[in-house]
Amino acid sequence: MPSLKDLKNRIGSVTNTRKITSAMKMVAAAKLRRAQDAAEAGRPYAERMNAVIAGLAASVGDSDSAPRLLAGTGKDDVHLLVVMTAERGLCGGFNSSIAKLARAKALELSNNGKTVKILTVGKKGREQLKRDFADHFVGHVDLSEVKRIGYADASGIARDVLARFDGGEFDVATIFYNRFQSVISQVPTEQQIIPAAYASAEDEGGDAALYDYEPSEEAILEDLLPRGVATQIFSALLENGASEQGARMSAMDNATRNAGDMIERLTIEYNRSRQAVITNELIEIISGAEAL
Amino acid sequence: MAASMQFNLVSPERSLASLQASAVQIPGADGDLTAMPDHAPVITTLRPGVLTVSGEAGETRYAVTGGFAEITAEGTSVLAERAVPVEDFTADMMAEIMAEAEAVAQGAEGAAADAAAKTLSDLKALGEAVGISA
Repeated sequence: MPSLKDLKNRIGSVTNTRKITSAMKMVAAAKLRRAQDAAEAGRPYAERMNAVIAGLAASVGDSDSAPRLLAGTGKDDVHLLVVMTAERGLCGGFNSSIAKLARAKALELSNNGKTVKILTVGKKGREQLKRDFADHFVGHVDLSEVKRIGYADASGIARDVLARFDGGEFDVATIFYNRFQSVISQVPTEQQIIPAAYASAEDEGGDAALYDYEPSEEAILEDLLPRGVATQIFSALLENGASEQGARMSAMDNATRNAGDMIERLTIEYNRSRQAVITNELIEIISGAEAL
Repeated sequence: MAASMQFNLVSPERSLASLQASAVQIPGADGDLTAMPDHAPVITTLRPGVLTVSGEAGETRYAVTGGFAEITAEGTSVLAERAVPVEDFTADMMAEIMAEAEAVAQGAEGAAADAAAKTLSDLKALGEAVGISA
C-alpha cells in the first residue's frame, strides 16, 4: 500500500505528463495542417507530370528505343528498397508499420533468390531495420536538419537513386511510405519507381495523342523520367510528413486521455487512503477514551 | 479566335500563377516560342530562361530553370522545377543554381558534358537577361 505522499507525487507526475502530451498534440495538429497544405499544393504538379509521362510512355513504351528508366534493365535480380520514415518517434505505429512492410518485402525477395539493397530515409526506420538487414544497407539520407521538406530534398534523394541506377547497382527500385488517409488512418504503401510504372492513362488517350513534341518524344521522355522519379519521391515525402503528424496527433490524443484516466484512478485511491487514515485515528481516539 | 487562354505555372511545391493570358513566351529547349490562344497542342521541354506572360494585368516575367510546358488550344501549363518572379530573383539564388550546375558539369562526360555546358551557358544568358551577372 503506497503512502499518501507517494500517491500525491504520482498524481503530480502524471498531471505533468498529461500537460506535455496535450501540448505535443496541439503542436502536431498545427504541423499537420501545414503538412496537408503542402501536400495539397504539390498535387497539381505531380498530377500533370504523371499524366504527361503516362501519355508519352504509352506512345514510346513499346519501342526498343524506350529509355532504361521506363523499360528497366531487363532483369529483376537486385532490388533497391527506399524506406522512408520519420526522424522522430512518439508517433504511434507510424514508423513500425513502414518498417514491417519493408521487412516483409525484403524477406520475400531474398527468399526468392533476389539481392536486396536498402536505402533509408529518416533515422527511425534505419534503427528498426538495423537488426535484421544491417548488411543490406547501402545508404542513408538524414532529414533531421530539415524543417520543411522542399523539392530540393526530394531531388537530392532522386539524384542519389538515379546515380546508383546508372552505375548498375540495382534493377528495380521501390519506395515505402505512409499514404495519408486521415488523422487516424495512414496506409503503409509500396510503390515501384524504377522501372517507372505509370498507369496507362486511358482517359487521357483522347487528347494526348494529338500533341506535337519538341524536341522528339524520346528526348522529352529522357528529360522527364528523372524528374518523374524526383516528383514521386517528393510527393511520397509530403504524404509521409502529413501522415507522421497525423499519427503523432492521434497517439498524443490517446496518451492525454490515458493520463486523464490514470489521474482519476489515482485520485480515488488517494481519497480512499486518506479516509482510511482518518478512520484509523478516530478508532484510536475512541478506544483510548473507552479504556479510561 | 479566343482572346485569352488559361495559363498555369506550377512548381513542385506550389502553384505560382493561374490566370487568363493572351500570350506566353516560353524558353523552349530548341528555342523560344510564344503560345497564343488556339495554338496547336505541343509539349516541349524548357531550358533555363525567362518566361514572359502577357495578361490583362500586363506582363509578368518569371525566371525558370527547367521543366516542361504543355500547350493546348485552351490553355498553357508550365511545370517548372524552379520558377521565381524576376523581381524576386536574387544574386544569391543565381549563385546557388550556378554552383549546382557547375557541380553537374564537372562530373559529366561525353554527351552529358555537352548538355551540362549548354545548361551553364543558358544559365549565364538567364543571368544577363534579368540583370544579374554570375
